[in-house]
Amino acid sequence: MRKLIGILLLAIIAGGIVLSLKEIPFGIPKTKIGQHFIQKGIEETGSSNIVTSVVVGYRGFDTLGEITVLFTAAIGLGAVFGTYRKRKADIKAEPPSLIVDTGCRFLFPVILLVGAYIFFHGHITPGGGFQGGAIIASAFLLMYLGCMGKRIKDNTSKVIEVLGGVTFVGLGIIGLLIGKEFLFNFLPKGEPGTLLSAGIIPIIYIAIGLKVGSELSGIIDNLITKSQ
Amino acid sequence: MNFLNNYIFYIGAFSLIFIGLYIVLVKKNLIKVIIGLNILDTGIYLFLISLGYITEGTAPIFSKYSLKAENMVDPVPQALVLTAIVIGVAILALAVTLAIKLYEHYGTLDLRKIKEQKW
Amino acid sequence: MVIILTILVLFMIVSAVAVLIFKDLMNAVIASCMISLIAAILFYCLQAPDVAMAEAAIGAALITGILVIAVKRTKRFEE
Repeated sequence: MRKLIGILLLAIIAGGIVLSLKEIPFGIPKTKIGQHFIQKGIEETGSSNIVTSVVVGYRGFDTLGEITVLFTAAIGLGAVFGTYRKRKADIKAEPPSLIVDTGCRFLFPVILLVGAYIFFHGHITPGGGFQGGAIIASAFLLMYLGCMGKRIKDNTSKVIEVLGGVTFVGLGIIGLLIGKEFLFNFLPKGEPGTLLSAGIIPIIYIAIGLKVGSELSGIIDNLITKSQ
Repeated sequence: MNFLNNYIFYIGAFSLIFIGLYIVLVKKNLIKVIIGLNILDTGIYLFLISLGYITEGTAPIFSKYSLKAENMVDPVPQALVLTAIVIGVAILALAVTLAIKLYEHYGTLDLRKIKEQKW
Repeated sequence: MVIILTILVLFMIVSAVAVLIFKDLMNAVIASCMISLIAAILFYCLQAPDVAMAEAAIGAALITGILVIAVKRTKRFEE
């Protein structure tokens, strides 16, 4: 009965969508603001990657809201598991073999280096803070799964996360104190295509990368080690 | 063939959206409903990015090989989808912890049985 | 080129139907990982390398890890 009602509802919605999809052509420019960002992007913000200049330069406040949502989710997760104890080692798991253990220890600094490279060069090549942070968190997930009993220290990850957030908001407030708007680009823009260019955009991306990486690692740590 | 050339991405995106919606409406297990939410999100990301595509365009990055603004794809939907992917993972992590807490309290993850419980 | 894209979209739809049908939850999680991977390839074909990197790192690695931990701490089968 429930399946029939579900299929009927979806069929009605599908019919309406197929009728209206014929009006949307594929492959034709649809908005005008994209063209404005492409043509004026380099001289107004200084970064070669137009998606980075939209995410951090033109729409920087939305990125601040996104970081707040991620922060709230991590806090909520820590609060739900608040009264649980940390387990020292997995009780019912057998220890991994020697090859898996050595391979994970060897791969861990390499993956950290790739993640750091991606968020350092966010304004020149495809990449940025969120991608680099996710790669760092997946390196920590590998250490949790592959080696037996290695855990991250709580205090280090909390300090890095707090420093990342405070740096981002602090750079915005410096823009307010100068006399212009929040998140104003007050450092010199430099030559587009080099590492030290685009004003405060690389500094913001380093702060975002470290914050997202330590936050997602903290989420994985809470899910694996806390139990009643 | 011309029809496929124009509409293959829309067909893929909307199939994912409808299958995700069907899983959320019909299935009883809570973890399957959460996976269905994730599939629905992925379908919407595909639809948004395929709206900004221009035929025979290139990625919106000024590398040293092409320093002229010639025929680049729209960068605004890509920035929006980047934000949406990160928010999706935050929502999924919180939903999973609430599901684990529900299982430890009620002993079952069946949505019909949880609705029938008394206080 | 269109034939390769059609085959990829067909794999994605088959994996989504597989999430619907499987009763063992671990198999459903692996099928959802495959959906994220094929979506990352399609993002690259639509000339969006930033989004492809984000979807591959987050959707295929972190979301699969979180869902496997969730299935391990609750029930393994659907009923």
